[in-house]
Amino acid sequence: MTLPTFRAALTGLACVVTLAACGGEEDKPTGAIAVEAKDDACAVTRTEADAGTITFEVNNKGSQVTEFYLYAEGGRVMGEAENIEPGKSRRLNVEVSAGGKYQTACKPGMKGDGIRADFTVKGGAAKQADGDAALAEATKGYHRYVVSQSDTLLVKTKEFVDAVKAAKVDEAKALFPVARTYWERIEPVAESFGDLDPRIDAREADLEPGAEFTGFHRLEKDLWVSGPQADSAAIADRLMADVTEVVDRSKKIELTPLQLANGAKELLDEVATGKITGEEDIFSHTDLWDFRANVDGSQAAVAALRPIVEKKDPALAKTLDERFKAVDTLLEAQRDGSGFKSYDKLTESEIKAFAEAVDALGEPISKVADVVAAK
Amino acid sequence: MTQVSRRRVFGLAGAGAAVAGLGAAAGVLAGRDPEVRPVGMVSVPFHGEHQAGIVTPAQDRMHFVSFDLTTRKREEVVELLKAWTAAAERMTQGLEATEDGAVGGAPQAPPADTGEALDLSASALTLTIGFGPSLFDDRFGLADQRPAALVDLPRFPGDDLLPARTGGDICVQACANDPQVAVHAIRNLARIGFGKVAVRWSQLGFGRTSSTSTTQTTPRNLFGFKDGTRNIKAEEPDQLAQHVWVTDGPQWMKGGTYLVARRIRMHIEIWDRTPLAEQETIVGRAKGTGAPLGQLDEFDPVDPHVKGSDGEPLILPESHVRLASAENLNGAKILRRGYNFTDGSDGFGHLDAGLFFICFNRDSRTQFIPMQTALSTQDQMMEYLEHTGSGHFAVPPGVRPGGYWGESLFG
Repeated sequence: MTLPTFRAALTGLACVVTLAACGGEEDKPTGAIAVEAKDDACAVTRTEADAGTITFEVNNKGSQVTEFYLYAEGGRVMGEAENIEPGKSRRLNVEVSAGGKYQTACKPGMKGDGIRADFTVKGGAAKQADGDAALAEATKGYHRYVVSQSDTLLVKTKEFVDAVKAAKVDEAKALFPVARTYWERIEPVAESFGDLDPRIDAREADLEPGAEFTGFHRLEKDLWVSGPQADSAAIADRLMADVTEVVDRSKKIELTPLQLANGAKELLDEVATGKITGEEDIFSHTDLWDFRANVDGSQAAVAALRPIVEKKDPALAKTLDERFKAVDTLLEAQRDGSGFKSYDKLTESEIKAFAEAVDALGEPISKVADVVAAK
Repeated sequence: MTQVSRRRVFGLAGAGAAVAGLGAAAGVLAGRDPEVRPVGMVSVPFHGEHQAGIVTPAQDRMHFVSFDLTTRKREEVVELLKAWTAAAERMTQGLEATEDGAVGGAPQAPPADTGEALDLSASALTLTIGFGPSLFDDRFGLADQRPAALVDLPRFPGDDLLPARTGGDICVQACANDPQVAVHAIRNLARIGFGKVAVRWSQLGFGRTSSTSTTQTTPRNLFGFKDGTRNIKAEEPDQLAQHVWVTDGPQWMKGGTYLVARRIRMHIEIWDRTPLAEQETIVGRAKGTGAPLGQLDEFDPVDPHVKGSDGEPLILPESHVRLASAENLNGAKILRRGYNFTDGSDGFGHLDAGLFFICFNRDSRTQFIPMQTALSTQDQMMEYLEHTGSGHFAVPPGVRPGGYWGESLFG
């Protein structure tokens, strides 16, 4: 990556970090819906709006970092604001073309299903669930997800990298699984850039002979095992540059519905082959964060396609809902404070239960591509 | 010994008429002209009064699996049993698990059949299902249907059972003359079951240790001895009726039987250092011919009164052949259908090998349990054995065309 690209990325980053401040300086568009997010409440001032661009103004009055979502039926993400820190506010514009039932959600601590409430959109075109329009909507919806995840990936990677460079080991350790969450959610997209993925995410055990050990897992080893090394800062800089490039490229990529379906499956495969075995984060044992993020990403891709699946194979849609929920339940049971239990603390029977739930979900997910492709 | 044609043997495994339809449609000639087919590769009828894989002449290879149900919904269990039955009907006739399953589907979909049996014949594949005691707990409302005979097996002296190799809600025994055909069947059933069942344990057997038909020679176990010489044979309907097929207990088990599986690790390295005479004394038979000590032919009767030149009986009361005999067990017999196995090595320089014992009997309380009690307390062979896995399953009766596995219980 060239230095100018890196600078451009950093400039973009600054904008994201201070988004709340920037947004505050602009005039509020009329009709913005205020959302007061607290640790135990999510007060949305209006519960209905007309189809079109709907604007939410989310103000985090709680003590934890929060997220705000607008969901369509079946958990499809219409729009989301990530990583809203306590005391900050964030504006979210959502394009909703179809009237119908939706849900708002605040996720204090960025956990679980969040605090949900019904939201009604009036007017607009009748819901299209067939043909090219539905497919186009699916890819558009998922692209929104990739963009929002990428933005936060940049922010959190920067915080992590800064902590590494300042030799703040504890802080860096806390940020490591957080930054990786956003990476793991969009991993199939990021992985499609074959050269970048190994530089960012290669595990030491998977390196080809002679290959340099860089990226997240190299820093993980420094933080948890070897202690800060002479080149840790350089490795951190390079990670930042690589992540910035991945983000740039990810935002531009246009995915087909089939790629979406296969991406959802690949994320589950990641869980089955890397996370279940505890190989992913072998030094930090933060595998459950990655596990959670892969499932989130897979669910986002499936949710984007859900209107199509629902129409063509309602039984499959129902099965997918049930099986995702089963995995969710197991994962949420392993919460520990704001994060997850260390993977090496899980019992064999807990790991077996995870493996069974992932197998149970993997089979129906492998059928989505064909359902989407079928005329 | 009664001489029977191969047609008769196959007929015993299931209702011939029912099969002719499926078999003919599949281009398989089972039950129609079996005399001219290579015996090991034809298909065995799936439908019949009893399930196949019990009196079917023991095939050479086995893959046995035990599942735990992960669903809590009875209707999903029924759905699964129906889907399994449909796949089993096809696979036992040498077909893919679903029509055009391996390569005939959409290119963007994962194939519905895994494909490794594509060019292989039916290989006499049989699939036999059984229900474990745990199925009858409070999850599916089946508690009052649990047969009294389906007891939790007692702990036998010397048992070293691993939970991960023991028990399970549902078992499926796949036997075939080609190991790949047996593994393909279990793999595809497991795949169909994801989300409803999870594999609890499974076992491969590479060579049969029993003959269940007079047409078969008696094979040898890993101790090098002929095993199951006095087994109940398919050609002995009276013996089968007396010792194998259930006629009492809950209605749904009529025509069924009970399966006991034991993973018996053999300390073969120790056995191999044992003198021949001692090996033969422990077993009570000659290693070469399989004849009872003091006799000439394998099938000669066991005579405990024959004495050696020293005036001592040749066959000791505590020999394996005596302890396991019906004479010693109030006439109790079992139908044995076990397999030799080796699961690689144990990390201490020894083969992890032995006998995967399978037997069928009409009431394990009066047949298998007294037999195993006698063996585990008195048999000198126990010194070389370790029971590491165990299962007890109620095997429901056979499936009629259009029916499904376990219909008599769930229907």
